[in-house]
Amino acid sequence: MNRYLIKRLLISIPTLIAISAVIFTVLALAPGDPLGEFATNPSLTAEVRENIRKSLGLDLPIYIRYFKWVGAFLQGDMGYSFNSRSPVSELIIQRLPATLFVVGSAYIVGVLVAFPLGIVSAIKRYSIIDQITTTLGLIWFSLPTFFTGLLVILLFSVQLKWLPSMYDSTLEVRDWASFGAMVKQCILPVGVLGLYQAARLMRFIRASVLEQLNQEYVRTAYAKGLSGMRVIFRHVLRNALIPVVTLVALDVPGVFTGALVTEQVFRVPGIGALLIDSIYRSDTPVVMGITFIYAILIVLFNLVADILYSLLDPRVEY
Amino acid sequence: MGDVWRQFRRDKMAVVGMGVLAIIILSLLVGPLVYGVPGDEIDFTQASLGPSWQHWFGTNDLGQDQLARVLWGGRISLAVGVSAIALAIFLGVGIGAVAGFCGGVIDTILMRITDLCLALPQLPLLLLVVYLFRDAIKAVAGPEWGIFYLVIFVIGGLNWMPVARLVRAGFLTVRQMDYVAAARSLGASPMRLIWVHILPNAIGPVIVAATLGVGNAIITESTLSFLGLGFPPDVPTWGRMLYEAKDYLDSAPHMAIFPGTVIFLTVLSINYIGDGLRDAIDPKTR
Repeated sequence: MNRYLIKRLLISIPTLIAISAVIFTVLALAPGDPLGEFATNPSLTAEVRENIRKSLGLDLPIYIRYFKWVGAFLQGDMGYSFNSRSPVSELIIQRLPATLFVVGSAYIVGVLVAFPLGIVSAIKRYSIIDQITTTLGLIWFSLPTFFTGLLVILLFSVQLKWLPSMYDSTLEVRDWASFGAMVKQCILPVGVLGLYQAARLMRFIRASVLEQLNQEYVRTAYAKGLSGMRVIFRHVLRNALIPVVTLVALDVPGVFTGALVTEQVFRVPGIGALLIDSIYRSDTPVVMGITFIYAILIVLFNLVADILYSLLDPRVEY
Repeated sequence: MGDVWRQFRRDKMAVVGMGVLAIIILSLLVGPLVYGVPGDEIDFTQASLGPSWQHWFGTNDLGQDQLARVLWGGRISLAVGVSAIALAIFLGVGIGAVAGFCGGVIDTILMRITDLCLALPQLPLLLLVVYLFRDAIKAVAGPEWGIFYLVIFVIGGLNWMPVARLVRAGFLTVRQMDYVAAARSLGASPMRLIWVHILPNAIGPVIVAATLGVGNAIITESTLSFLGLGFPPDVPTWGRMLYEAKDYLDSAPHMAIFPGTVIFLTVLSINYIGDGLRDAIDPKTR
């Protein structure tokens, strides 16, 4: 097990290096100049512009800039934002709590909804419950989150005026009233993101349980005279949920990037919103930092999924 | 093939999905000819009107007819979805076939590349590439076609990995079978082995993945447009229309509801067709 773990960790490192190189090259090869705003500003002479480029280290060859970036990143330094001149890490840390809170709650909602529904609809295949959940699941899965976002705003904020359409990150929970306001402003973004995730996960859980129900060991268990509940909980679910658990881990980065859209719809000032703003402003250090954080999340949760799989499934060789 | 069709026909929802999709495609093709109202005519006296007999889907903030725009933009949304997935399938089948057929070092290298691409953060990278390169490609291929090619290239280029894995896995299974060994011993060339003997038997899951992929690609394109990074304002793709609608939700909700519903119906029918195909092609679930 330890050897497998070490091997897996060692594979992750070149992956991360390659990904950072890809992102860095894309950014560096892009035709746009990060100093585009300065270039059109007539009050700056060519000389001043050159000095700014030098101070930002843009006159060096790409690969040297890359190595400098990696070296600094390893020390926790992601450079300074071109736009606000504050450290990238500081900007990200400012924005992170809102994203983590929304994404985290959405994910919990998604898992809590998906597990019971997925399992029940597989066990009661072709029943009314199954038909309703699979149909609703596919419908929700086919609705892009930016459209559902607009729809729920239209319904609950514009028409019914029950819930706020915008997320207010300055709100602090101090008493019951502010706690209520917090819950209210979270319902829409968390609901949209969470239910989309639930729909995806539910389809997968249902398929996974169905696959196990046809296996011979299930028939044997029934033949031994075990009760239905016992067969499901002791035998079927244990096997069916192995791939599901890994999918739950694998999906975490996807929820973060999916939150990009949700954050934009509900104006949640998280890192997704920061990324989009920075892309518009050609703020390369911030874009590089956030994109690479997404990449780290993906690699990290791939690792978690693999380790979980090998822990849960004794058939996997390592 | 007839067997698959017979199985597919038994799935009612898949058949309904196919019907709905056919209606949508047909209206996109014929609609602009029959529905005589132009979609690009700006008329501020007609701005933000609800649905009426003159304007079935209402008008937007510039007084442009929304139905004409939905029909026109839908051609682009659908074309982007299909072409991007065609590119992804082309790349995926190519890479997966080479990896599965050759094996050894080539297989290892190609699969490492596939793993690497799977670990790329897709949506952020997509936004980034489109934003950074759109001016450059506009200069080369014109404002509309430039973005069209760029979006297809990027969505296709980030979606071939699952296909490559499926094809490789199919190749590894089929390659071992006796009939392939028989063909090889009769002197079939590697190209013939791949095209005639192995690929047709490994392609089933790829067709399913492609169908579902088109729905996904349509959503991805809409997402790009929704974030303001897709087509220019005069090309009304469905996502772009929602992007414009989001600031008028309280005064003109119809601007969001119609394009959104069309995206939803298209993707939903594609997903039903994909599910039906999977059940029909995969003998395990019968």
